[in-house]
Parts: sequence; C-alpha cells; structure tokens
Amino acid sequence: MADALLDVRHLSTRFTTREGVVRAVDDVSWDVKEGETVALVGESGCGKSVSALSIMRLVAQPAGQIVGGQAVFKGRDLLTLDEEAMRRVRGREIAMIFQEPMTSLNPVLSIGRQLTEGLEIHLGKTPQQARGRAAELLGMVGIPDPERRLPQYPHQFSGGMRQRMMIAMALSCEPSLILADEPTTALDVTIQAQILELMKDLSRRLGVAMLMITHNLGVVARYADRVNVMYAGRIIEQGTARELYGNPRHPYTLGLLRSVPRLDEPRRSRLAPIDGQPPDLTRLPAGCAFLPRCAFRVDRCSVERPPLVPVAHTGPEPHVSACWEAERVIARQETR
Amino acid sequence: MTKYIIKRLLLMIPTLLGVAVLIFFLMRVVPGDIVELRFSGETSGVSKETLAIERARLGLDKPLWHQFVTYMTGLARFDLGTSMWTGAPIHEEIKLRFALTLQVAIMSTIIAVLLAIPLGVLAALKQDTWVDYSVRIFSIAGLATPSFWLGILFILVLLVFFKWLPPMVYTPFWVNPWQNMLQLIWPALAVGYRYSAVATRMTRSAMLEVLREDYIRTARAKGLWQKLILTRHALKNAMLPVLTVIALEFAFLMGGLVVTEQVFNLNGLGLLFVESVAHRDYTLTQALVLLVAASFIVVNFLVDLAYAWIDPRIRFR
Repeated sequence: MADALLDVRHLSTRFTTREGVVRAVDDVSWDVKEGETVALVGESGCGKSVSALSIMRLVAQPAGQIVGGQAVFKGRDLLTLDEEAMRRVRGREIAMIFQEPMTSLNPVLSIGRQLTEGLEIHLGKTPQQARGRAAELLGMVGIPDPERRLPQYPHQFSGGMRQRMMIAMALSCEPSLILADEPTTALDVTIQAQILELMKDLSRRLGVAMLMITHNLGVVARYADRVNVMYAGRIIEQGTARELYGNPRHPYTLGLLRSVPRLDEPRRSRLAPIDGQPPDLTRLPAGCAFLPRCAFRVDRCSVERPPLVPVAHTGPEPHVSACWEAERVIARQETR
Repeated sequence: MTKYIIKRLLLMIPTLLGVAVLIFFLMRVVPGDIVELRFSGETSGVSKETLAIERARLGLDKPLWHQFVTYMTGLARFDLGTSMWTGAPIHEEIKLRFALTLQVAIMSTIIAVLLAIPLGVLAALKQDTWVDYSVRIFSIAGLATPSFWLGILFILVLLVFFKWLPPMVYTPFWVNPWQNMLQLIWPALAVGYRYSAVATRMTRSAMLEVLREDYIRTARAKGLWQKLILTRHALKNAMLPVLTVIALEFAFLMGGLVVTEQVFNLNGLGLLFVESVAHRDYTLTQALVLLVAASFIVVNFLVDLAYAWIDPRIRFR
C-alpha cells in the first residue's frame, strides 16, 4: 500500500453517551489511491460518516474521541497533526461534501462569499481573483449564469443546485481527495444521477480521488473502483466493486445486494429485506455483530468474532471478508 | 424595500391612534380627578364652587365627547396641550426628561451589548467548563439583582471608599459632556448589568444552537480559521434572537426605570410617568403613553429592518 494517497489503519472512534460508550468506528482499515474512487457502504449508523469525520478530525467533541489508529495522508498521520496544520489540510488537500445541501450551507452568507473564502484563505487569492474563480467553478458544476448567481443566497437555490455548489466548494482549492458523505441521499432520484455523473466526470477530469460514502449499492456499482462494506462499526468485506457484486462473501453484503431491486434480472415477486435491526453499538456481542440477522450462522459465530481474511477462489485483486462461513455464502449466491 | 418602509411608517399612524383612544378612556375610568387631588391637601374645606371653577378652567366640565374631540384635533396638529398639573406645555415638560431617559437607555444598551456578546460567545465555546459556569453565575446574579439595589451599592461604595458622589443635578450632554457622563454612567451601569444578563444568556443559547448546525461543520471542513467561523458563520446567525431581546429591553427602558431614577435622583420619564398618573394629569399621561408606545413601535420597526439586513431569507414586500 505504498502508493496509497490516504491510508487509514486501525481507526477507532468512540462516543461517550449516557447509555454507555458507543464504538462507532472499531479498528477500521482502508485506503484510497491517487485518482481512485472508493466506496464505504452500510446502513445508517454503521460508522461510515464517523470514519470520514474522524479523518477530518471533525468528530463532535468532547463526546466523540478518536481512540486509536492512523490516517496517513501523503506520508503524514492526520490524527497527530497539530490543529493549525490540520486546518491547512481541510478544504485545501482533503475536501468534504455533506449529505444535506439544505442545512450544510450557511443561510446568511451569499454563495459567492462561501465559495471565495476558501480560495482567499488557502490559495491567498485577492477578493477579485477569488470571485472570478468562483464564477468559473459554478460554471464548471453546471450552474448557468454564474455571475448572476454569486450574490444570491442558498435559499434561492434548489436542492440539486446547492449540492452542485457544495461540489464547487469542495473542488475550489483543487484538493487531491474528496470525502463525499452521502452526497445524493437528500436529492430527488433524477437529480441524484446528475450529481453523481457530475462528480464522476469532474473527479476523472481533475484526477481527484474520492471516498464515496453511501448506503446505495447502485451508486457503488456504477461509480466505485473498490468497495468497503461496514457493519456495526467494522469493515466486514472489502474488494473491487466487480468482485463484490459478482461474488459477495459476507451474508450482510449478500443481503444488501438482494434488498436492492435490479433491472437486469427477471422480476422476482418481492425483494428480500435483511430482517432485524443493526445491533446496539454500546453492547456489542463477543461474536459476530451480524449474527442475529444472519441466515448462515453456526455455533462458532456467537463465540468468536470472525477476522477479515482473504477469500478463496477469487480473482487477482485482494478480496477479504469477515465471516466464518464465507465459503457457503458463495454457494448460496450461485444456486439462486 | 423602500415601499415596505413607507408602508410600515404609515402603519404606525393607526397603531398610535388606537393607543391614544384607549388611554384617553382608560384615564377617565380611573376614580378621582386632578382637581380633587390638588385640593385634597388643603386643611380647610374647599367649596364646591372652587372645584367647579377649577374644572372649568381645565375643560373637565365639558362632556366626554367634547374633551375627546379637543384631544384628537390637538393630536392631529401635533399639539399635546399643556400639563394639567403644572400648566406648562407638555413638550417642554417632556423634552429634557426624554433626553435623559433616552441617553441612559442607549448607554445601558451599549454596556449590555459590550458585555453580553463576548461573554455569551465565550460561554458557548467553553460549554460546561469553569468559564461557562462563571459566565452563567455572573448572568444569573445579574438577573437576580434589582438595578436600583445595585445603584444604591454603587452610591455607597463611591461615598464610603472614594468620598465622592456623582453630580445630583442633570446636565444635558450638549452642555457639559463630562459632567453629564459622571452622573449618568452609574445608572447606566446598574441597569446595563441586568440588561446584559438577559442578553448574555440569549447569546449563549443561540450560539450553542448555531454551533451545532451543519453549516458550521461545513465551515470547519473548509479549513477556515476558528475566529472567522465564529464571527462570519456563527455569530451572524446567532444574532437574530439576541437582537430581539435587546430591542425589547431597550423599549422597556423608555419609561420603565422608575425606582432606579429615584435612587440616582434622576428626573426621567419613569418618575414623570408615575407622578402624572398619581395626579390624574390626563394630558401629560396621554402624551407619555403615546411616547412610550411610539418608542416600542420604532424599536420594533428598526429590529425588523435589522433582521432583513442580517438574514437574506427575510424580504419584505
């Protein structure tokens, strides 16, 4: 993994709440290479967003604490940088796109102001230069008539346009990595596709690497090179998008795939949801966290937590899964 | 926007008219009149004739509708009449007292804002630390301390420890600013402290709320300086509720400082108000009520304008 742009190793983040300590992210490792798009997939509350926020060191203090691990970005561990050095990384080297375009933009500051401040601070542009660049950026993300749009406010923008504006903001300082936290979840389906296409196009053109956080496997299939599936704060399966789709080796990944309607397969009478709820992160069992919802469970699962191990009979790319019964998971898939 | 401002200014007329009508009749419902009160101190009985002559002089013998019409036509010409008690023109009675009260109100507001905004922001930033607790204790104490009592303390401390007393006679600012400030800074401090307590608490809670907003996280993710996040991104959003509190308090100060004025021997609107009602000085009370109502309306109007200026989502038509 020498060529990784961002190499996250054994990251653990905990929240102290009244109910107890929540292990939101528990010993998670993944990496993003230059120019690549990596997905982080899972249900709500599985620790996807917290992973990204931990890397940016934006986890809500003092409840949330990063308790261990490293996040090596271009040779520096972000988790040990001092606050000022970290500030220079945020927005400049790693930018973030948030889920809610409605609430993630400041309602009392103009679009122009919010676009130019990063340029002024990180790139030392004069207000005039920054303004010119901001107009360019708005044009680049497909907002017509950017000059007229700059003095407007977020409430004068539609949801899709606000997310375009967020993308423009993220791209403004030409970062080498963008963390996109469910960038399309709050948008209409038609707009979602537009935004994703835009992000894909821009990231390819500008060579920006992207971490795409999503619960939508459709998005993953189309836009990600590699995929990390998270469950209850841990990564349970990791591999290329192609591998994971064609050859899922964890019952949870399989369940996720089955619960998504597919147009390229004969129409089944009903979707197969994953029964039950994700576990309480304050009281994780000793064994596998997915156990109560798993159709493949054996006695060993309740005693010992399965480690992430390479899966047998796969292609050249590494593919790992945390399941004692990984072999049987394939069998199921093939007989379907 | 201009159209909105003109509309709001025109709307002030019916509001004030309503206040004028209401206070006219309310005063007449209160038992007793100025003539009885004026002669009540006389030891030898006053004859009915004397009372009647006095009433006739003040126009109180006329039927109610006649008095009302006189009052209203006066108002239409911006003529508030003369005080029934002193006989002096009302604008003369009010002029200096209004200047004094307005000045104390403005000074208290400045003191309150200068204290409240930094303290409130600091407390929100250092939530649940000793800094926050200290600020909260300071502001709770401010709420619990009556301004007049604090005023008495000021005077005692100045007298006992510094052998000095603030000037007792009011000097308008334009005559001698130094003398004027020496006298008015003390009531302004006493009132400003309580006032700041309300505003500090509001600033703190508004800031706490805003700091949890998504757009603050966005601002941090952009790598902005903490100071810039606070001033540009957070404070502007947190100012809306604080502004409301400040404005309401300010309007209250226009005529609401009766006891504090007594303590500092200030001849302000509050004292005048109480006296005019006690004397059943109809004309003066009516004028004062109108003045206070107008202050409230003007302050509210200014706040609405400030809202629109701060928050672009508010646009008036």
